[in-house]
Amino acid sequence: MSDSTLEPILSVRNLVKHFPLTQGILFKKQIGAVKAVDGISFDLYPGETLGIVGESGCGKSTVAKLLMNLEQATSGEVFYKGQDITRLSGRALKAVRRNIQMVFQDPYTSLNPRMTVGDIIGEPFDIHPEVAPKGDRRKRVQELLDVVGLNPEYLNRYPHQFSGGQRQRIGIARGLALNPEVIICDEPVSALDVSVQAQVVNLMEKLQDEFGLSYIFIAHDLSIVRHISDRVGVMYLGKMAEIGTDAEIYDHPTHPYTQALLSAVPVPDPEAREHRERIILTGDVPSPANPPSGCRFRTRCWKAQERCSQEVPLLAVPSVFAGQDTPAAHESACHFAAEKDVVHAA
Amino acid sequence: MPDGHDPLEPIDPSKGSVAPAGGYGGGFDLANADAETLEKAPGHGQEPGGPAGKPRSLWSDAWHDLRRNPIFIISALIILFLVFISLWPGTIATQDPLKANLAKSQAGPEPGHPFGFDSQGRDVYTRVVYGARASVTVGVCATLGVVILGSVLGGLAGFFVGWWDAVLSRISDIFFGIPVILGGLVFLSVVTNSTVWPVVGFMVLLGWPQIARIARGSVITARQNDYVQAARALGAGNSRMLLRHIAPNAVAPVIVVGTIALGTYISLEATLSYLGVGLRPPTVSWGIDISDASNQIRNAPHMLLWPAGALSLTVLAFIMLGDAVRDALDPKLR
Repeated sequence: MSDSTLEPILSVRNLVKHFPLTQGILFKKQIGAVKAVDGISFDLYPGETLGIVGESGCGKSTVAKLLMNLEQATSGEVFYKGQDITRLSGRALKAVRRNIQMVFQDPYTSLNPRMTVGDIIGEPFDIHPEVAPKGDRRKRVQELLDVVGLNPEYLNRYPHQFSGGQRQRIGIARGLALNPEVIICDEPVSALDVSVQAQVVNLMEKLQDEFGLSYIFIAHDLSIVRHISDRVGVMYLGKMAEIGTDAEIYDHPTHPYTQALLSAVPVPDPEAREHRERIILTGDVPSPANPPSGCRFRTRCWKAQERCSQEVPLLAVPSVFAGQDTPAAHESACHFAAEKDVVHAA
Repeated sequence: MPDGHDPLEPIDPSKGSVAPAGGYGGGFDLANADAETLEKAPGHGQEPGGPAGKPRSLWSDAWHDLRRNPIFIISALIILFLVFISLWPGTIATQDPLKANLAKSQAGPEPGHPFGFDSQGRDVYTRVVYGARASVTVGVCATLGVVILGSVLGGLAGFFVGWWDAVLSRISDIFFGIPVILGGLVFLSVVTNSTVWPVVGFMVLLGWPQIARIARGSVITARQNDYVQAARALGAGNSRMLLRHIAPNAVAPVIVVGTIALGTYISLEATLSYLGVGLRPPTVSWGIDISDASNQIRNAPHMLLWPAGALSLTVLAFIMLGDAVRDALDPKLR
């Protein structure tokens, strides 16, 4: 679906978020910064799902918050239909928020325990009264409950009376209330049971078809991301390591980090499992306050050479594959990018 | 909706036990989910107004709950009675609380004087009834003042953080450093006004930092919740986030500490009166009577028993009320 003839609905350019580390109580002095997101660029096209994967602490959730303007970006731009939203405030920001909504990770903390389901889903209409006239709201809330597969009679119930999966549906209904074009899902299913994950992901796919939504789907579960995404971006330590369509990433990864991640995906076929190679990374993720020079992955990479510590690899189609018509020719931030199929055994 | 469960059909709790039989294993099955919810909240669907009724606010739900809580009813009746006798003590005590008959000094109960007499020969029953006014006024006004001032200042500090928080925290540290009794002796000994207001003012002045700290802490906890972020992502302003999302989730500890503090203020009034800097005769207060009676406890225990009993009952009633209100405001305990 990543049709390059379409205009992207969301363009992210060199997005940076550094959290300052300060010392002192009265006179604060900056002694460094946690480089949570350090120069990320990607595009989101209408109607597509862009998956973002990466391990804990790589900056995925910070990207979500930056896109929602819940955190102020240190530098870089996020263009929504050509307008930079990182510097917006007040009325203009409120107008943009109608079109970009979010589904949160933890359905147990994302719903106010002291509000009824009707109030929670109806709140977007209180904030943006122009979306639904007052007399219509109750009906709209019931429609939304129906759309996400909950009984519309549940208006007066409180969140704690629902299971995790049902709560996540309530969160999705709230996100849908304003008819947004983009929904940013920050690990929307990782707090749910596996059986319920599938229900929620299928619901999200159904809603995407029904309302023409674009998703940014952040997760650490590679199989869920593959299931729902059209394109996938792999993040490591605040940078994008590799980005491409799901077939390109899963079947033809060229970045060693992606290959290591994919080699850890469980394979349901015991025959294939025996023959495949597991890449086991050594060491821990370096601190984002003090990332390695050059390529950030070099401290754990088996291909690392002198060049990797001096030159930051750019996220681009690697020169070895440039001009070739192969699925391996997608953007990968590695000096020594090489194809290696780790999912389908050796 | 799969499984033929009509969304418009009112929920029947009895179905909860039937639905799982065909429901489990269905995966994407909502009838099953209905049953699950009903199992978790038995009887919820039977409430008046029903699941399809008009949306209710948190407070109307809480009131609905409180009306059935015997603890709330008992404590509310005691408090209403106290308020009533504070306003119109003459309706149940026909004598003059200041009329002294030294011949009856420390005498026990007799007809027409059920609680006996104090050292000055004044009727203890009448004094207990008239004393309610001073104690209740000091307790309620000091608590209201402390809770309002403390939660507004502390809540704003917790919400906006920054320099406002730093300044406020240092100021409250200074007030925390003032010993209550010493502060009372210094502050109140220069006041010549014998009404309750200087005492109330002093208690508010020294009491607000305690509530401010609690309010600040619970606001900081509440504002980190995802639902506050969600409201912000929807475009909600600061006032909506504070009033709709943060305040209802941060108010419980303030209510609890406030009601406990109310008892403390009533007894602090007694302490200050005992030291001669609180309320002063001819004002009638339980604190003054308790301090008068405390050195006569072996000769005439009834002099201490009645005002102290009234004081304890009042404090207990307010604490029980606070407990009941806190429970009612938490839907999770319903």
